[in-house]
Amino acid sequence: MTTATKGGAGTAHTRVEGRDKVTGAARYAGEIPFADLAHGWLVLSTVARGRVRALDAEAVLAMPGVLTVLHHGNAPRVDTGFTGMMGVPPDPSTGLFQHDRVPHMGWPVALVVAETSEQAREAAEALVVHYEREPHDVAFSARRESEAYPLDGHVPAVMEKGDLEAELAASAVVVDAEYTTPEEHHNPMEPHAAAARWEGGRLEVVDSNQGTGWVAGELAHLFSLDPASVRVRSEHVGGGFGSKGTRAHQVAAVMAATVLQRPVRVVLTRRQMFSLAGHRSPTAQRVRLGADANGRLRALEHRSLNQTSTVHDFVEPSAAASRSMYAADAHHTASRLVKLDVPTPTWMRAPGEAPGSFALESALDELAERCGVDPIDLRIRNEPAVGPVSGLPFGGRNLVACFREGARRFGWAGRDPRPGLRREGRWLLGTGMAAASFPVMAMPSTASVTAETDGTFTVRINAADIGTGARTALTLVAADALEVPADRVRVRIGDSDLGPAMIAGGSAGTRSWGWAVTEAAEELRRSLAPGADIPPEGVTVRSDTSRALGALAQKERHSFGAQFAEVAVDPATGEVRVRRMLGIFAAGRIVNPLTARSQLVGGMAWGISMALHEEAVRDRASGGLYGADLAGYHVAAHADVPHIEADWVDDRDPDDPVGIKGIGEVGIVGAAAAVANAVWHATGVRHRDLPIRPDRVLLAGADA
Amino acid sequence: MPPSTSSDLTLSVNGEKYALTVDHRTTLLDALRERLDLTGTKKGCDQGQCGACTVLVDGRRKVACLHLAVAAEGREITTIEGVAEGERLHPVQQAFLDLDGFQCGYCTPGQICSAIAVIEEHAAGWPSAVTGDVRPEAGPPPLTPEEIRERMSGNLCRCGAYVSIVQAVARAAQETNGAAA
Amino acid sequence: MREFGYQRAYDVSGAVALLDGDREARFLGGGTNLVDLMKTGVERPARLVDVTELPLNRVEETADGGLRIGATVTNSDLAAHPEIRRRYPALTQAVLAGASGQLRNMATVGGNLLQRTRCGYFTDVNSPCNKRVPGSGCPAIEGEHHNHAVLGASDHCVATHPSDMGVALAAFDARVSYETAAGPGELPLTDLYLPVGETPHLETALPPGALITGVTLPATATAAHSRYRKVRERASYAFAIGSVAAALDVRDGHVHDVRLAFGAVASRPWRARTAERVLTGAPADAGNFAAAADAELTAARPLPHNGYKVTLMRNLVVAVLSELAEEAAR
Repeated sequence: MTTATKGGAGTAHTRVEGRDKVTGAARYAGEIPFADLAHGWLVLSTVARGRVRALDAEAVLAMPGVLTVLHHGNAPRVDTGFTGMMGVPPDPSTGLFQHDRVPHMGWPVALVVAETSEQAREAAEALVVHYEREPHDVAFSARRESEAYPLDGHVPAVMEKGDLEAELAASAVVVDAEYTTPEEHHNPMEPHAAAARWEGGRLEVVDSNQGTGWVAGELAHLFSLDPASVRVRSEHVGGGFGSKGTRAHQVAAVMAATVLQRPVRVVLTRRQMFSLAGHRSPTAQRVRLGADANGRLRALEHRSLNQTSTVHDFVEPSAAASRSMYAADAHHTASRLVKLDVPTPTWMRAPGEAPGSFALESALDELAERCGVDPIDLRIRNEPAVGPVSGLPFGGRNLVACFREGARRFGWAGRDPRPGLRREGRWLLGTGMAAASFPVMAMPSTASVTAETDGTFTVRINAADIGTGARTALTLVAADALEVPADRVRVRIGDSDLGPAMIAGGSAGTRSWGWAVTEAAEELRRSLAPGADIPPEGVTVRSDTSRALGALAQKERHSFGAQFAEVAVDPATGEVRVRRMLGIFAAGRIVNPLTARSQLVGGMAWGISMALHEEAVRDRASGGLYGADLAGYHVAAHADVPHIEADWVDDRDPDDPVGIKGIGEVGIVGAAAAVANAVWHATGVRHRDLPIRPDRVLLAGADA
Repeated sequence: MPPSTSSDLTLSVNGEKYALTVDHRTTLLDALRERLDLTGTKKGCDQGQCGACTVLVDGRRKVACLHLAVAAEGREITTIEGVAEGERLHPVQQAFLDLDGFQCGYCTPGQICSAIAVIEEHAAGWPSAVTGDVRPEAGPPPLTPEEIRERMSGNLCRCGAYVSIVQAVARAAQETNGAAA
Repeated sequence: MREFGYQRAYDVSGAVALLDGDREARFLGGGTNLVDLMKTGVERPARLVDVTELPLNRVEETADGGLRIGATVTNSDLAAHPEIRRRYPALTQAVLAGASGQLRNMATVGGNLLQRTRCGYFTDVNSPCNKRVPGSGCPAIEGEHHNHAVLGASDHCVATHPSDMGVALAAFDARVSYETAAGPGELPLTDLYLPVGETPHLETALPPGALITGVTLPATATAAHSRYRKVRERASYAFAIGSVAAALDVRDGHVHDVRLAFGAVASRPWRARTAERVLTGAPADAGNFAAAADAELTAARPLPHNGYKVTLMRNLVVAVLSELAEEAAR
């Protein structure tokens, strides 16, 4: 057994809320009872572009239990002209019912509220909406690059160093390949759900999100409310992966609660999530690598194209993922986007890095093959001393240690690089590897720690535990800083009244929150005289990390990893099975090995899912998705995920008071490339388009 | 005369009887969550495509989202709230907790109810899609990780906790009847 | 989902009488397909007649040594039944290859045969679909069809039948019995499904208001040497993109008897009689297995994105028959 109850950070602890989760006692957003609760059901557009001409609301209002129908003709006004906490404007679909335009299939056009969810659903289905239909365009492909434009997101869109064409021309070996990844959807197991009510002049929202302060702030902006009069709580969150910010369901619930002056709950159906919860854009990427005969890179070019909606710009910065990986004399990266009549994409686990690493790390494997160099050796030969584009020093780069430990544990030594040679019954076997990296970030956060009279401590920080284990990690971090056993620490999270703090995102949650908790807890420990009496209200110390973070020196800060996969491919049926995976990570100090391993392994399972299964198919005729449910959109099931091992090398970040970097996303990065590279090793066929479906394998054949 | 669209009925859940009037459209899942306040059973897809709503009906695992509440009258329903013995967790629950067989926890009640049934189905000698020889003469297959994965495949976990779930099911099966291989 | 009435039936004639040929009423078995379709609005019945309590939940020996499977036997009970596993192992394998443990505990044999296609245009009420709304068109032909039919389809519909169980039943010459107000009836499973033609909305040959009461499997020694192989886009819990049920009896190196049926390639479980004819009497080797598959698949009319199914089915036939022949030789 790997659990322990004593000891602080660095020792394995089961989740503090674990018992509630295995007994069903943990309540998620849609499960908090309210007296007099009404149920809202969203009605989504059935055209991909056009105008709402009319809605037959009267007929629906006469149906049993129906309380109201909200639409652009009668909904309260909201203001979407602001920049939210994450530095971007709100998703346009939160500007609910403000006009008659329909910019994509599945755009919210009305909310039906009724006494029961059965009544609301039937009334929503019965609502007849008349549209003025316009021609739409949802055809994403590499051919759209001529219409594309660059957009700086959290990173610059275009960065260029050196003379690319000259270096390519001077290269002994050139790899020039195009890669595609499909539209992908987060699909957290818990659908988006919110209940809103007015209570004593305050708006209270029970929601499922990745940051209650973030959502509360956006709701305050949208409804022009004093931020102090909005409270959002989100105690347990059934997964987010980037999709759980402010979305149409919270806005709908608040509108209806305001109009009806009673509590209203709105839950997205699984099908509605496919158009209202965001998605990862499909990408079309081109990678050009030029190298000396021994594999040293002279040129690295990575171009990526993604789709966005006509009403909002969102860039999937896939090419930016290449900027920190390998040294090259000429280094060009550009992420561009094209506007289509589709829902607005959003952050999805490792935005940019997940699809970008598939292209780059596949191309590296192709280069290794062409140069006759081992894929690990090739990467080590191109290890940069400083940021390949930025020139900044690395804040720890233990990638080579990951390669070496991974190679040892996986049994990489002595691998025959030739493809298509290993057979076991009907299966061809192969192994592959890839590198991983993800930026290390932190955002200003506040925390308070209170010494209670009974010798326990209460930590208050507006963190979100979306399954990451943050609640448990912060308990351990606080216990360490306070120098007390973890069972004397209680951590309160998921409530916007707790004050400003980072969201659960960017792999930066636990680092940002842990920093604030440590500052407050250490100061409290120092200020408490041993044996001194604690007043009845306790002794509280507060922290704010804004200044400390502002003082951080500029560095290339990243988590790194080495991914290894073994696959079996049946060339007669096209089936691909991953037989085992190993990931070795340099991802900062690991606070709780038990839950950290789960998170890294979970990311790698996402990599398998991305490599083999996930694909949202957009129907060009309708503009909507084909098979928008969990039978049509496949995520990896139990049978698809073999034994996966994740482990780490020592990699404490000296600039972080706890030594944390971040582990939420690096696990998926490179994982799909490792699988694809293993499929090549098994069959001799490069799969540059994800997912590697049976039909693709079957038609490609095997050159073995 | 149009047929009545609701019924008075008694649901038997975790050994308790609940009398209620249900709209025939109400699924067992919604009856549990919205009417009986038994919210441990989760709604992930509402279409039988994820397994989050798995409960035991007369001892068999079923998805509550495709089971009409009115059709559940007269059946004994066990939900996640009813599998522990008082304060003592069911061996499957304990194994999930100890081995971190979950992350966000939303699919967890369904995974646990499903795993309890998997252990029983295996003990009853049921083969699975990965059982090499399904003939009764071949005897029951050992409960290998591969068998557990196949039998648990109706429970999706988007956090990707599958690896530790399989370990937890194996441990619980071993404790329950020495079945894990 | 519209409001509906609900009645529970306790005997077969009572069930048929309760339904009363009402076109707005449906029999409710395990509900795994019907309740889902009601949620998506594809089905909008005014009344349900619950047939899960009917005394049709047994697998019984027939006079000629075959088995009769009651219509309300669940998929799980069917797959676990010792006589099914012993005499028709491919049927157990087919059932176990479908859906999930939970769904197999709910789904019934009768309901399995009458389940509707999972074509994404059929299940999306906002989409045209000739099967759901006759005359509205078939967007799959110009649109997404990589998992649609290559055999027996028409310009009006290219949907596939999703059943795994039905493929094995088709291979084993199963007969479907039903009850109507006018009395009982029976027909071969391969005749249960109507050709697609111009009327994809007319799916079965059952008389209106009929209740499937059971499936009869004739005695056949060949079935004991049988196998079901299913290929799908996940390792489990997904519908097939191609499947084969095969039974093989090899004597002196020659095919004495063979049964072949294909899944996920047509609007019904596809009994491959052409391939069977080619093979019967021929040497049991991979070349002949491939030739037989090719003979069957000459009828295939693939669309731009599902032509791989022809290759897949050919490879599956060769693989599965080769395995069976090897086992027979041991």
